[in-house]
Amino acid sequence: MAILGWGVALIIFFPILWMIVTGFKTEAEAIADPSLIFTPTLESYVEVQSRADYSKFAWNSVVVSFGSTLLALLIAIPSAYAMAFLPTKRTRGTLLWMLSTKMLPSVGVLVPIYLLFRDFGLLDTRTGLTIVYTLMNLPIVVWMLYTFFKDLPRDILEAGRMDGAGTLQEIWYLLLPLTLPGIASTGLLSVILSWNEAFWSLNLTTSQAAPLTAYIASFSSPEGLFWAKLSAASTMAIAPILIFGWLTQKQMVRGLTFGAVK
Amino acid sequence: MNRTRASGRTVGGLRTLSLQAPAVTLLLLWMIVPLAMTVWFSFQRYNLLMPGMTGFAGLENYEYLVTDPALWSAMGTTLLLVGWVLVITVVGGTLLAVLFQQDFMGRGIARVLAISPFFVMPTVSALVWKNMMMHPANGVLAWLSSSLGLPVVDWFSSLPLTSIIIIVSWQWLPFALLILLTAMQSLDEDQVEAARMDGAGPVAVFFYITLPHLKRAISVVIMIEMIFLLTIFAEIFVTTSGGPGLATTNLAYLIYIRALLDFDVGTASAGGVIAIILANIVAIFLVRMVAKNLDS
Repeated sequence: MAILGWGVALIIFFPILWMIVTGFKTEAEAIADPSLIFTPTLESYVEVQSRADYSKFAWNSVVVSFGSTLLALLIAIPSAYAMAFLPTKRTRGTLLWMLSTKMLPSVGVLVPIYLLFRDFGLLDTRTGLTIVYTLMNLPIVVWMLYTFFKDLPRDILEAGRMDGAGTLQEIWYLLLPLTLPGIASTGLLSVILSWNEAFWSLNLTTSQAAPLTAYIASFSSPEGLFWAKLSAASTMAIAPILIFGWLTQKQMVRGLTFGAVK
Repeated sequence: MNRTRASGRTVGGLRTLSLQAPAVTLLLLWMIVPLAMTVWFSFQRYNLLMPGMTGFAGLENYEYLVTDPALWSAMGTTLLLVGWVLVITVVGGTLLAVLFQQDFMGRGIARVLAISPFFVMPTVSALVWKNMMMHPANGVLAWLSSSLGLPVVDWFSSLPLTSIIIIVSWQWLPFALLILLTAMQSLDEDQVEAARMDGAGPVAVFFYITLPHLKRAISVVIMIEMIFLLTIFAEIFVTTSGGPGLATTNLAYLIYIRALLDFDVGTASAGGVIAIILANIVAIFLVRMVAKNLDS
């Protein structure tokens, strides 16, 4: 059983492993017959790192994914608080409606978003991409926060209210510290989704605000094909997210299925 | 739900409203404005390359789209892509979930390795598969088949859609696995044990206990994947650009071609409306399932 399990796992993981390995080869070795025997070199990493454009695109990824996550959390926390602790007859409907906005296919609204962005000068800007990602992830963030907040015993917040805390103090001094792990994993999921998003980044950015997803795609032209460098750049692009993903797998299920699978 | 609290305190209602206002307003704008514009443009003559040609087009864009063989080819490609990936990921995911549920040495690490492809950005996985796995001269698959004395397959020129299906399945198999593994954890071990005592073999346990238990999770996987797979874009953009010919142009890619390469806003919007309708048919079922869960 162990052999079967490990065999399957390694076959699935192989393309990633192969990419990581290729990043440590020279260009000549990279296109030679597949081999695991070679002297590892950091050549490609050094070269990719030393290129100014790589760090620019990496920085774009960081700014856009963390920026949009921060914004989404800021907007979602009060909303999820209200839904979890001050539910009304409309709360259930609002939650389901938020979920339904996530079902709107991006490609269905590509044209208007593109034209709006063109008219407002948001094409190829980090601000524009941040806005799109914030809205794209907002429903998931609200839902995840809602499920975490709901798990919190009401009495704790009520006690604070008795002591005269206003809504904002209640959120800031009681809710946030108590649900920090939940908020952190919600944030990580949002970072993962934004970091890997490719449809909007490919269509709304060109050179200035392009994040790593779009930058890596530029390697697809046959002239610019350097496998070792492509591998090194890709490995660096996916490494942080792979680790985030491993850490948040359980919450990931909760977030992506809107709690429908437990 | 706590109704007395809600109705008993009017101030609370206002507070709820103001706390929710930012999220609700933004999402409302994000949904309504582009949606309304898509529908509006779909009835307009609007081509960015022909500024003079404007005005109400009626159903012209739809007519143009429906009579264009490219649409039907793209619809077929979309269905094939969604269908095959669903079959592969659901069947594969279920089998893998059963496998990774077993106790074995280093199970945790093996699981982590198996779900990893889901966290790789689509442009990276497309390029890795295209250049390092499926490349006809230097790819690992070519090397494997020639070492075994088999003919080398030039994946993207002879089997373009199959290649895309393989790449997309590789990315989504871990998603199915992740969801189904989570669902497995709530499987009643006592029930399995009891069935074993009664002489049920592993196959019987799988079909009579495990599979029924996973039914709900499987339907969630199918619906969520469908919503994402209907609009697969980056993998096609990076590897085949929809070709050769229209062989790998799905609905999403066709809309992209019409909108940002042909600048035909009207037709692209009509295509967008079709994509929205398709996604909504799936979404209705999904939202219902989640709603049921919310009540319990």
